[in-house]
Amino acid sequence: MTAAARRAALPLVVLALVLAGWEAVVRGFEIPGYLVPAPSAVLAAFFRGFAEANYLGHAAITAFQAVAGFLAGSALGIAIGVWVVVFPTAERIVYPYVVALQTVPKVAVAPLIIVWFGFGIESKIVIVALVSLFPVLVNVIAGLKSVDQDRLDLMSALSASRWQVLRYLRLPNALPFVFAGLNTAIVFSVIGAIVGEFVGANRGVGFLIMQAHYALDIAGAFALFVVLSIMGVALHWSLQWVERRVVFWAKAEEHFRG
Amino acid sequence: MPEGLPAGLAALSIRGLGMVFERGAASVEALAAVDLEVADREFVAIVGPSGCGKSTLLKLVAGLRRPTRGEIALYGRPVRGPRSDVGIVFQSPVLLPWRTVLDNVLLPADVLRLPRAEYRDRAAALLELVGLAGFERHYPQELSGGMQQRAAIARALVHDAPLLLMDEPFGALDAMTREQMNLELQRIWAAQRKTVMFITHSIPEAVFLADRVVVMSARPGRVLEVIDNPMPRLRTLDDTLKPEFGELVRRVRLLLGGHGVAL
Ligand SMILES: Nc1ncnc2c1ncn2[C@@H]1O[C@H](COP(=O)(O)OP(=O)(O)O)[C@@H](O)[C@H]1O
Ligand SMILES: [Mg+2]
Repeated sequence: MTAAARRAALPLVVLALVLAGWEAVVRGFEIPGYLVPAPSAVLAAFFRGFAEANYLGHAAITAFQAVAGFLAGSALGIAIGVWVVVFPTAERIVYPYVVALQTVPKVAVAPLIIVWFGFGIESKIVIVALVSLFPVLVNVIAGLKSVDQDRLDLMSALSASRWQVLRYLRLPNALPFVFAGLNTAIVFSVIGAIVGEFVGANRGVGFLIMQAHYALDIAGAFALFVVLSIMGVALHWSLQWVERRVVFWAKAEEHFRG
Repeated sequence: MPEGLPAGLAALSIRGLGMVFERGAASVEALAAVDLEVADREFVAIVGPSGCGKSTLLKLVAGLRRPTRGEIALYGRPVRGPRSDVGIVFQSPVLLPWRTVLDNVLLPADVLRLPRAEYRDRAAALLELVGLAGFERHYPQELSGGMQQRAAIARALVHDAPLLLMDEPFGALDAMTREQMNLELQRIWAAQRKTVMFITHSIPEAVFLADRVVVMSARPGRVLEVIDNPMPRLRTLDDTLKPEFGELVRRVRLLLGGHGVAL
């Protein structure tokens, strides 16, 4: 086995051992399924869910809300970030309120947003957009500002206008930072969609989890956690794939995360 | 090239230039009363101990920093800020990692809104000149330090500015490439009749390239002495073996406090 294969195999081996131990403990101590389900029960619930309870349809709705909200929130975060850096007065006026808004837990605001935007996907997209916005905004601002003096000198020496400095230097310079923010936001986006569905929805993975809890179908709830993990990992990897292509020049650089 | 200038007007005139950096309570006097005149189409090299304010002087001339004291004029006009009729090679290459080598060289054309199609060929020709033909589509991080610096030189030449400011441009190059670049730079200077202010820490390089070698003191930097090199152009590498060349090198070295020790 090559070193790379061994490295990839190790977490899988550990996972298998943990699952086997878990199964043994649940069976050995006869722990009731409504407290902790056995992995085999979770697996069964997982496949039953896709076959009978339309997990795929619900997952698609949750994923759509997460992605749409993520895109809207990120776009807004980037726009506000650029605006605030280009017009420093705007930063002084707007930024304190943005920070104040950020300190309000979105879970607390979620019921209000459901009231305003209804039970459907719109309210979830708004909630996701709100949680995605801030990490992107903070990183856009950091990225636009943290430009090497040498590079600024290079642009100045060519008498570049403020807009040219933004276009040729600050924006590309900010991209690795933007992706650091996007990576945080994509994780938040799934959380945001689930929170929205918890508060008020009749579709989606969050809605199914609430139903499973009410029915004390704990194996079903665990199966839905697995669905969420797969969704999160898929979104994360997709974003990484985009990141590697967009900011090809920034390999292992560390960036500020908000 | 600025046309119709009064004869005898200096390309660059520096009077009583002083620069103090304030850092909180501490302050660093980088330059103390520098006076220097550079004639149009003259090649001036500047040598001095490291930290004596050479890079600072270059940035002041480029209009990138405001001096604490004194005045700088380019072609008779006081420097109040950066101007685009100057080509600069910084001490580090300062290439943008998201642009290909060719696009980096074309940056001045983009910023100055010059026709890209036209300047593309010029940029490619300049890359060939600095020995980077075939690397147009590479990204700077795929190049060695010396190659990056050569790309930066091509970039400084692309918009054909009459005044070139170069801050230790060949410091990252190996000896062989460095000699080639010295010959190349002399050729460019002679063919395109540019005015060059060239900072270097290599005394033979300064003597080889320059009409006049400006020797600066340790910090705070002043002009200690200006040494003429009347050897005829175009100079060849064989000229560096002549006794008068060695004598000039020795004079500069003595001024810098080296006692005939090879540098
Ligand atoms: N931005 C700055 N702030 C504070 N001190 C500076 C700054 N730039 C240069 N200096 C100081 O000024 C002196 C001259 O620097 P520099 O012009 O880079 O020297 P050289 O290029 O001759 O090696 C040094 O002591 C350096 O530390
Ligand atoms: Mg320097």
